[in-house]
Amino acid sequence: MLNWGLIGPPMLAAFLASIVEGVEALTVVLAVGATRGWKSAVAGAVLALVVLLALVAILGPALALIPLKLLQIVVGTLLLLFGMRWLRKAILRAAGVLALHDEAAIYQTQTAAMRRREAGTGGWDSVAIATAFQITLLEGVEVVFIVIAVSAGGPGLLVPASLGATAAVALVVLLGLIVRQPLSRVPENTLKFVVGILLSAFGAFWAGEGLGVAWPGDDWSIPALVGGFAVVALVSVAGCRGMAARKAAAS
Amino acid sequence: MKRILDEAIGLFVDDGAFAIAIVICVAVVGALAAWAGALRLYCGPILFAGLAAILVESALRRARK
Repeated sequence: MLNWGLIGPPMLAAFLASIVEGVEALTVVLAVGATRGWKSAVAGAVLALVVLLALVAILGPALALIPLKLLQIVVGTLLLLFGMRWLRKAILRAAGVLALHDEAAIYQTQTAAMRRREAGTGGWDSVAIATAFQITLLEGVEVVFIVIAVSAGGPGLLVPASLGATAAVALVVLLGLIVRQPLSRVPENTLKFVVGILLSAFGAFWAGEGLGVAWPGDDWSIPALVGGFAVVALVSVAGCRGMAARKAAAS
Repeated sequence: MKRILDEAIGLFVDDGAFAIAIVICVAVVGALAAWAGALRLYCGPILFAGLAAILVESALRRARK
């Protein structure tokens, strides 16, 4: 019997984070494919996915060798740094302080940049392969970190988190194949907001566990932390929006 | 390679003061938990309150810029 209360949150965090990163990578791979040819663009992306899978296969089991308390402190702190950075950025974007991520504009810029580069001479286009490989690897490393970090909270979480990430990548690839355009309608900032809240909550809980904090209600503190960070984030959006409006009115 | 390294650091550090404040908050709660004995039950809420304050302050500071 699967314990969805245990595996559900890490799986959801990995799924949503992978959607965000997948959409960003897809935009560039589509631009490369449309301008330089699909064979090389897909080859670069697939090559990067193989490297990322190898990273998960090596790093995931290796975590079991690290003492649990130390692992919880290190991974918890890294999750806090990563998750709160995402959450802060999502708050500022939701408040209108920072511009939203514009996939269509990125696609246009990337397409123009690819057209300026010299065309490949043989069957394979090295510029296309390198560009697709680099973007898939860069965005994928974030996914790998999230999958490994959310799996570090307990035994048996690596597989569900990996499945969540794989399902997201498959969904993004499928949508990319169907629409052949950047997925501009995906509410990227809302997803980042939710993932930021989840990762911040996991990070606080695991760092606390590692440090010997006695959480009230034990594992039930995690939903409470999720709720707490959600309230703080929503209040911050309202505060930042007001601050930005006052600044605009004064200038 | 340099870009990948920069991206790896950028995964965790965007605003330096924000990142340092988070690490200090975790370290302070760690010291408190080691010292607090039976009062360790209060360390979790203190950790959350510290992190929440850091998040709100950093976001408002950026919005004020």
